[in-house]
Amino acid sequence: MFDKISRSLGDLREWADERFPVTAFWQDHLVKYYAPKNLNFWYFFGSLAFLVLVIQLLTGIFLTMNYKPTADTAFASVEYIMRDVNWGWLIRYMHSTGASFFFIVIYLHMFRALLYGSYRKPRELLWVFGMLIFVVLMAEAFMGYLLPWGQMSFWGAQVIISLFGAIPYIGDELALWIRGDFVVADATLNRFFAFHVIAFPLLLIGLVLFHMIALHSVGSNNPDGIEIKKQKDENGVPLDGIPFHPYYTVKDMIGVVVFLIIFSAVIFYAPEMGGWFLERDNFVPADPLKTPEHIAPLWYFTPFYAILRAVPDKFLGVVAMGASMVVLFLLPWLDRSPVRSIRYRGTWFKLALSVFVVSFVGLAYLGTVAATPLATLFSRIFSVLYFAFFLLMPIYSKWDKTKPLPERVTGK
Amino acid sequence: MDEIDHGRRRMLLAATAAMGGVGAVYVATPFVLSMDPSEKAKAAGAPIDVDISKLEPGQVMTVEWRGKPVWVLRRNEQMLKTLPELDKFLRDPNSDELTQQPVYTKNPQRSINPEYMVMIGICTHLGCSPTYRPEFAPPDLGPEWKGGFFCPCHGSTYDLAGRVYAGMPAPSNLVIPPHHYVSATRLLVGVDSEVI
Repeated sequence: MFDKISRSLGDLREWADERFPVTAFWQDHLVKYYAPKNLNFWYFFGSLAFLVLVIQLLTGIFLTMNYKPTADTAFASVEYIMRDVNWGWLIRYMHSTGASFFFIVIYLHMFRALLYGSYRKPRELLWVFGMLIFVVLMAEAFMGYLLPWGQMSFWGAQVIISLFGAIPYIGDELALWIRGDFVVADATLNRFFAFHVIAFPLLLIGLVLFHMIALHSVGSNNPDGIEIKKQKDENGVPLDGIPFHPYYTVKDMIGVVVFLIIFSAVIFYAPEMGGWFLERDNFVPADPLKTPEHIAPLWYFTPFYAILRAVPDKFLGVVAMGASMVVLFLLPWLDRSPVRSIRYRGTWFKLALSVFVVSFVGLAYLGTVAATPLATLFSRIFSVLYFAFFLLMPIYSKWDKTKPLPERVTGK
Repeated sequence: MDEIDHGRRRMLLAATAAMGGVGAVYVATPFVLSMDPSEKAKAAGAPIDVDISKLEPGQVMTVEWRGKPVWVLRRNEQMLKTLPELDKFLRDPNSDELTQQPVYTKNPQRSINPEYMVMIGICTHLGCSPTYRPEFAPPDLGPEWKGGFFCPCHGSTYDLAGRVYAGMPAPSNLVIPPHHYVSATRLLVGVDSEVI
């Protein structure tokens, strides 16, 4: 009986394989895709980012069923979702908490690349696609934040769109074109809805696909930063590689479980996270005549926002903020160290990375507070250190005294 | 005879691609232009009538014009006296940047009637609406503060004529909308003067 069933299932697979490469895909990307055997917990964040993307897409679809994207109805429709739609509060909190968790996971994922030099040759394009995902994600989050049409939504959008107005000659026209009106208005909300639910998610999925194709072509880096493809057995399998499935699928499930525990704890017990995930002023409907006393973007934008504020000139501030993003793209070409991983780097890089982390976290904090003279001074110091980390990298990464690399990956 | 003329192929390919590119630009045009303000949005900028009879000295009122806040500030004697003292702290004390105000308000008080200051309450930095801070030398704005407007977003400051202080992120003075007085206590915001 079972024999018969398994035989006919086998026949079915054969029939499908002749028409669509099911088995070949499964083999190439899972059971015969070899990942280094020494990947540690830092390597959870890639698959977790994918999980959050799925959560956002799914909850987003259900939110659009009750959300109404016009200036007159948007705020009320979000409250309607929160109060009257069955389980609407849960779906909405999943989506709003998911946005913040997306950035937590992505920032950790990017930091992992910094630690182990995962952007180095031949993974430059993998890094560039990743950075493009980061930029699109920021745009996606920014547009999504306008949709509840609260005070922070409105004035945040007003400020960010005005950034484009700082570009000489075409700036004012460009800002007008983005808004579709002389101020942030119904037209702006409507188009941001279109971008947020269709255009940017499509772009995001496309870029994630490119990121994955690049990854599966060059293979994962690892905490030792050495190429596992250099040491292969007689079958061409890397000696330090293990099949992604079942080894890493099982391991990633541990990451998923831990992630979901933390994620649910926030959704159920602290969905506003004391104003960090949902700002208090955003519970007040948008008022085009009155700016809230203190406006700050959500935490994941604040490092870049602090750099913008640190420069006492409108256009140069925007340039500095743009440059802070551009230098990240250039990382693969700025690093001249003979080794990839921090495990084999010298004091200079470790020192530079520590300074960078302090500056980045410092800027993130300063971007949330009011612009007092002291805060501005510190923003300027940290901004200089932020750029110094990147721009001096060709020098200190070359000078650095590195340790000899092992032949094979370390660890049990 | 059977030889493939590669030069000819390349030329045809380039010509086809160029034609396709031109076509793509033409097709993209309506999509790009559809995002500009609609005719309805452009038509919504009608002038508004403002009754200023109930405004007390030192008080500011906010009205909406083209979706933007327009402030009418009634300045008292003392406020007007501080204006010339501040010139040295300002970026453009004489309102030389002509796009920021109509010609008839390019004067020391930046107004038609010195008592009433009319301006658009949108910071010229990144579009927040500044707060009215008439008090003298509050702790957060320093001992030199003689009253004015403070932008909560990025800390730009303006005096009581909407003139920006030097060294601020905001590049220019607050914009003054076209306006005129219909009577001593009625103001029309949005047009320079009555069409005769």
